[in-house]
Amino acid sequence: MKAYKKHESIAALMNRSNVDTDQIIPKQFLKKVERSGFGVHLFHDWRYNEDASDNLDFELNKPAFKGAKVLVVGDNFGCGSSREHAPWAIEDYGFNAIISTSYADIFYNNCFKNGILPIVVDKAQLDSLMAEIDANEGVCFTVDLENQQVITPAGNGFKFEIDPFRKENLLKGLDDIGLTLEHTDKIDQYEEKHKALYPWLWA
Amino acid sequence: MKKTMYEKIWDSHFVHQEPGQAPLLYVDRHLMHEVTSPQAFEGLRNSGRKVRNVHSILATMDHCVPTKNRDLPIADPIAKKQIDTMAENCEENGLNLYDMKSPDNGVIHIVVPEHGFVHPGMVVVCGDSHTATHGAFGALAFGIGTSEVEHVMATQTLPQTKSKIMLIRVDGKLSDACTAKDIALAIIGKTGTAGGTGYVFEFAGDAVMSLTMEGRMTLCNMAIEAGARAGMIAPDEKTFEFLKGKEFAPSEEQWEQAVEFWRSMASDDGAQFDAELVLDAAEISPQVTWGTSPEQVVSVNDVVPAPESFENEIQQQACEGALNYMGLTAGTKMTDIKIDYVFVGSCTNGRIEDFRSAASVAKGTQVAEGVTAIAVPGSYHVKKQAEAEGLDKIFTEAGWEWREPGCSMCLAMNGDELKDKERCASTSNRNFEGRQGKGGRTHLVSPAMAAAAAAAGHFVDISK
Ligand code: SF4
Repeated sequence: MKAYKKHESIAALMNRSNVDTDQIIPKQFLKKVERSGFGVHLFHDWRYNEDASDNLDFELNKPAFKGAKVLVVGDNFGCGSSREHAPWAIEDYGFNAIISTSYADIFYNNCFKNGILPIVVDKAQLDSLMAEIDANEGVCFTVDLENQQVITPAGNGFKFEIDPFRKENLLKGLDDIGLTLEHTDKIDQYEEKHKALYPWLWA
Repeated sequence: MKKTMYEKIWDSHFVHQEPGQAPLLYVDRHLMHEVTSPQAFEGLRNSGRKVRNVHSILATMDHCVPTKNRDLPIADPIAKKQIDTMAENCEENGLNLYDMKSPDNGVIHIVVPEHGFVHPGMVVVCGDSHTATHGAFGALAFGIGTSEVEHVMATQTLPQTKSKIMLIRVDGKLSDACTAKDIALAIIGKTGTAGGTGYVFEFAGDAVMSLTMEGRMTLCNMAIEAGARAGMIAPDEKTFEFLKGKEFAPSEEQWEQAVEFWRSMASDDGAQFDAELVLDAAEISPQVTWGTSPEQVVSVNDVVPAPESFENEIQQQACEGALNYMGLTAGTKMTDIKIDYVFVGSCTNGRIEDFRSAASVAKGTQVAEGVTAIAVPGSYHVKKQAEAEGLDKIFTEAGWEWREPGCSMCLAMNGDELKDKERCASTSNRNFEGRQGKGGRTHLVSPAMAAAAAAAGHFVDISK
């Protein structure tokens, strides 16, 4: 995982609540053998017309939101099945920050495993952010994880809470594996002991 | 302090715990198949990491492989892609793979014991819930997700939280008509599919210890259907005998040392368990599931239950839904339920003993009119052994199909599947809606029960 850097990016707005993982990445795409490449299928059923052309009524297809890294979205984002393909698709599409009032539990955890910062705000704050985007589509927000704040041109910026352990991991770009690898010396030591205890496993 | 087998394995595999994080547990053996591993390999590649211990991994192809016309290219492009990807990943990382053409190929949980790859006292993982099978050897074996597969490949460890332990004792003697499968189903009938949540089961008691290693594997295999993280059985002489001389077993020089260590892994007398369940084997009769969850099970001499017979509303609704899906009416005798299909195989009941048992019932019979019966060995070794004993002839003469090994109709991913509303007597482990094909209706039974049903065209009480 890449280290999470402060960035200023277009904020895309999806004013929808209870977006579930089956909408984020429909199940017909789960048979792939890759972890990458799910981005083109993100929100597939909303995003494309029957004839596979872009559905121009879908929010993310607006030219102003092109290249957005920040997704501002309604309550309870990422509910439904626990598929890790959902954050894979979001990340692959290009988002690395989500702002909402709430997320489904497993989805929230999976975001951190995939370099995505899920920011929790209260309802009033979310409304003002949504209003700002509505009034000025293509507006850029600054996401500063280090200082736990979001800055917007119209002054709707705010501070957010995040578990310090998770913050640290994102900032350092450490995934679970990276974290464990910080204890490689311990694993090495354990293996030395293991070799003495179970020599037949190392023969 | 007196310890359970689980605690001994846990303690001996504890690597490190960072404050505020879960303990890291060392993993001795990592089993793999083609469906749950590709993204883990990709993740490893993308991050420039390497497999830490190549020798800890054994891989096979089983879920997507065809059970006939193995010489022809695989027709389903998605299955083919998964198979090819598995081969490339194993090649690239230097892993031991029993590919489709290998004489060692078969279902992961069947081939691993055949090669003596899992020993008592080990921690064993696989991106597959039925990893519990290997607990039969006195190992702690459990299923993991794709991110965890990658984690284990890169670090040989896994952050884990400790489970509670439930002792399940099956005392007494099992009737000749019953098998480990019936014990497993009877236990799940008691615990329910969530009764084991948060627990690891240790199976004990005379009826368990008198099972063969094959039978013990069947029992542990289904621990997961009771919601348990793993099932395990203390290693004993049978375990050691089974492992002796196998490819990955300790060498002769190290054998005594290994056995002594294995013996020490059993739970201490008087060790404390968090919960206990005791069953009397004599009270278990041949089991058949009637619903869409393994806990929806009765004795073959019983009837299909009515929703009112359940205490709580959730179970009543589940019963109603299941009867509806299964096309059954409450009060119908189980022995009056007609079947269209019979499947003997899977990692639950695809070992040599299972085919011996089914063949002894099938011998001299004919598959009933309108019924299709397939016998799918769990591996090429099972297939070869069965053929050496003439079991294949018994099946084919009785009108069965004798197939190539694989998961086959256990999860119907390879094209072997039920059609809408077809009813199957199956020796597999899950009777969920659509598991054996969209609209297909699954009844879980033992191999002998399946063979009896094949000949009669309906379920039969084989204890009579
Ligand atoms: S036989 Fe069935 S349960 Fe066993 S590994 Fe294959 S699909 Fe899974």
